[in-house]
Amino acid sequence: MQTSQLTWIVPVRKGGLSLFLIGLLVFVGMLVINTFTLTDNALSNAISNESHRQLLSPHFADLKGNTVSNKASFINEVRSTLNQYNNTLNERYSISDSDIAAIMAEVNALGHYELEQLTNALGTSDEAAYKIKKLTDYTNWLAGAQGKPLSEIEQVLKEKSVEINVNVTDITNGKRIYDYELGQYVYGLTKSASSGLVANNTGLFFFLSIILGTVGALMYIVPDKYTGPAGIKNNNIFFNSSTNGGFIGLLATFLLVAIYIALYFFPEYIIEWVALVDPLFKGLNGSGAGPWSIYGFVYTLAIVVMGVRMFIKYRHSNYHLTRTTSLVFFQSCFAFLIPELLIKLNQPSTDLKNMWPLDYDFFDAWNLDSLSSSGGIGMFMLVWGITLFAIGVPIFTYFFGKRWYCSWVCGCGGLAETAGDPYRQLSDKSMTAWRIERVVVHGVLVFAIIMTGVTLYTYFTDVKTIAGIDTYSFRSAYGFYIGALFSGVVGTGFYPKMGNRVWCRFGCPLAAYIGLVQRFKSRFRITTNGGQCISCGNCSTYCEMGIDVRAYAQRGADIVRSSCVGCGVCSSVCPRGVLKLENGTVNAVVNQSQKDETVQIINVMSAEEQQAMAK
Amino acid sequence: MSRLVIIGNGVAGVTVARHVRKRSDREILIISSETKYHFSRTALMYIFMGHMKYEHTKPYEDYFWKKNRIDLKQDLVSDIDTNAKKLTLASGEEVEYDDLVLATGSKSNKFGWPGQDLPGVQGLFSYQDLELMEENCKNAKHAVLVGGGLIGIEMAEMLITRGIDVTFLVMEDRFWGNILPYEESRLIQRHAEEHGVTFRLETQLKEIVAGDDGRAKSVITSNGEEIACDFVGLSAGVHPNIGVVSQSDIEVGRGILVNDYLETNIPNVYAVGDCAEIKVEEGRNRIEPLWYTGKMQGEALGKTIAGQRTKYERGIWFNSAKFFDIEYQTYGFIPNSPQDNISSFYWQHPDKELCIRINYESDTQVVTGINTFGIRMRHEVWDKWLANQCTIKYVLQHLRDANFDPEFFKRYEQDVIDTFNMQNPESKLSLSRLNWITKRFTREQAHAN
Repeated sequence: MQTSQLTWIVPVRKGGLSLFLIGLLVFVGMLVINTFTLTDNALSNAISNESHRQLLSPHFADLKGNTVSNKASFINEVRSTLNQYNNTLNERYSISDSDIAAIMAEVNALGHYELEQLTNALGTSDEAAYKIKKLTDYTNWLAGAQGKPLSEIEQVLKEKSVEINVNVTDITNGKRIYDYELGQYVYGLTKSASSGLVANNTGLFFFLSIILGTVGALMYIVPDKYTGPAGIKNNNIFFNSSTNGGFIGLLATFLLVAIYIALYFFPEYIIEWVALVDPLFKGLNGSGAGPWSIYGFVYTLAIVVMGVRMFIKYRHSNYHLTRTTSLVFFQSCFAFLIPELLIKLNQPSTDLKNMWPLDYDFFDAWNLDSLSSSGGIGMFMLVWGITLFAIGVPIFTYFFGKRWYCSWVCGCGGLAETAGDPYRQLSDKSMTAWRIERVVVHGVLVFAIIMTGVTLYTYFTDVKTIAGIDTYSFRSAYGFYIGALFSGVVGTGFYPKMGNRVWCRFGCPLAAYIGLVQRFKSRFRITTNGGQCISCGNCSTYCEMGIDVRAYAQRGADIVRSSCVGCGVCSSVCPRGVLKLENGTVNAVVNQSQKDETVQIINVMSAEEQQAMAK
Repeated sequence: MSRLVIIGNGVAGVTVARHVRKRSDREILIISSETKYHFSRTALMYIFMGHMKYEHTKPYEDYFWKKNRIDLKQDLVSDIDTNAKKLTLASGEEVEYDDLVLATGSKSNKFGWPGQDLPGVQGLFSYQDLELMEENCKNAKHAVLVGGGLIGIEMAEMLITRGIDVTFLVMEDRFWGNILPYEESRLIQRHAEEHGVTFRLETQLKEIVAGDDGRAKSVITSNGEEIACDFVGLSAGVHPNIGVVSQSDIEVGRGILVNDYLETNIPNVYAVGDCAEIKVEEGRNRIEPLWYTGKMQGEALGKTIAGQRTKYERGIWFNSAKFFDIEYQTYGFIPNSPQDNISSFYWQHPDKELCIRINYESDTQVVTGINTFGIRMRHEVWDKWLANQCTIKYVLQHLRDANFDPEFFKRYEQDVIDTFNMQNPESKLSLSRLNWITKRFTREQAHAN
């Protein structure tokens, strides 16, 4: 079965690659071809808060009805209109120099400062009422004080008004648009206002991007099965610039990072993608798609398609076939389908296999409230979520090692083990990298514990600060730096440069926690087969967690490392069959001094062997 | 402080250095002309195939040497003066030593074939050979490999990843026939053919013909056939590299002659690894050009030099290799042809490329060795079985304990034992109950001691 005899393979793979690239091009290209027209309809779709809508509507008068073809300028326009509205609000509610002059005129007339003067000076409008209330709060100690020099009164009024104006943003009477609302409005307005080629032909674009890309990818992947006998084929990986961290890898990193930044911080730029899967999600959850829906969809699709690649690449190894099946199952059912169906059933939507501290918002007030107020099923989810990390992790990890979760169940692991498999060789194996890894990943675990601790403290006591620090600032810092930047932008974006487990290795607090159990109390270890290691380095090179497996194997030592996710690839790529993942029943040999170099010959017969010999 | 100088930074030399360092504080210098840092020679093929880069083949990070105070010098030793205990290097520098270890490795065999030194003709041993192969294969389309051993099959695998057709000239009637019994040899040959290798059995190289550009353009075989090619790989084994030693007072035969302690005829001069020829009382002196033996010799010699004189004992023989996708392990001794008073039990999977051969003494039933292809076996278990002279009956019944395949792999112990019962109707063996819960070797051995 020579490659050259199977003449169809090369054209099919080339065709597949072309289709995939066309799909990718259409997918990215569709983001820039829609046009945007703001209509009353769009406003009412996007802004459900009626008083906001009425307040905002006049501000959008200029933009309304105009068709803008440049998405960025439309978004900037909308955003600046909303900001402008807030600024106007600030101005109206701020105490101006002329306000102070008017008050001072009253003070001059009377000779001292009285609170009644404020109404005379400022009037009775909404904003005047606000200013009077604030000035009353800040200056009532001054009221009625006789004999103060007028200049001193003016000075006090000026100083206090500066203080008041700084806090003008806390206007809570429903007028101000807060940052999170602003983001929603920008996203909603952009989505509702979009029209044009993509908006009118979502079906076609779905086909041209997602379907074409998927078919192309499969056409590229599947023929691999026919190029030769099953077995480890890592040929040319370090010659190919998409897998050796070269130029194509750089491009892929750039694209992934851009997508993650858009997803987390500027979802209004990817509304066309959301529109693609809107009908599908309407069918699934009854309400439609958001930016995270398209993410979940493409994420799951990537795991399925690249799962097929795993099935073909490792078709000789039942270990990889089994765990890949498990990963695809948990992603498509537990992470993708069940949460959407729960929404449809009006139940709290949750990914039952995800757990704290990876699921860092599990102990957020809104989640606890939502679960505890959703009857039996909510209560079950709450208890399940806590049981899983508190009891499930120690028990499963004791028997099977970290792998039961990280390379069999987890969604992040699912992506890493399938879509990330082509990049596993790029992880840094140096001692320096290991040192950094230990500090950073355990640091994130500590951060997650502190963040959750203070969140729960606030939840149960209603005290919103600890040592003068707002407890929510822990939560928002974690969400931004760890949840968004680390796990998304860096963790997945840098697959093609730093390997497929960047997040799992350096950032995942759950991995750190399970790792501690694995390192100190688990039956799992990788054993080495006597002295047969030839130090070739395949195991270390293909370890996605950057473990220098060879350093242990060439000493004949068992490998017990907190970071090992038990993917089993070291064992597969070993050309001498030296490594085996095992759940042993006795303590592994982790004290390196107990093992040295090639295995000693043991000349002791066990009792049963002696019996056997005697027969 | 007394200085240990080691010539050669392959696994044998480096193992000596490491084991001396474990036990002593003396000065250690390794001189090699090949590369500055130690790398895994067995991994050269993976660099060529793009599985790894050169950096990945270094078993120790670069800081290791400085941290362990093992000095490295990249230079060629051009003269050894054992009277003055002095080396002269190609750069002209002179290096004095108190103890000298020769770990100079091997060279590819060339048997005086016409054209064997033409451009485009090479063996594969050193890093420089790999660079040369990279150069030679740039525009190559057809390759001929001469001699059917392990390096040959590795070269075939390497060349095929570059889309180069491979024709293999094998002197024997089957692949690696001087080592493998017929069935195993056929299995490997079929597998290699599936990967696109063409075999010419019972065929020797007569001549390599040069083209107009002065490079090899074809070979002529012993059958008179002319095979066009632009690359010729010589893989007819290796011989000890004793070039610089043979001009000194150190006694040499095929290799550098040493005793069981790896000591040469000159005090404080030792040889280790591929280059050492170990004198035996009876029969042919042993040369062991293997990674494993190099490492074990290095360990023994390291102890000796550090003051704890230790005999090199190989223990129960083992070896392993990989032929394209088929892993091979052997424990004990399996000759390539039937022997008197040795029974041979052979099992092969009907479709898959898996087989096991277990040899045992016909009278005592004691197992003497195993060949296994495509099924991993646990080294400790076989070592124990062979050292304790376990019988075929015991071994087959407990075969499950020896399996080292990854989890979820299909197991064949029942098929194996059924086959044995069928071939030996008088025996009614059955597998012992699966005692994997109680069997863990790492610690049990420690307790057994």
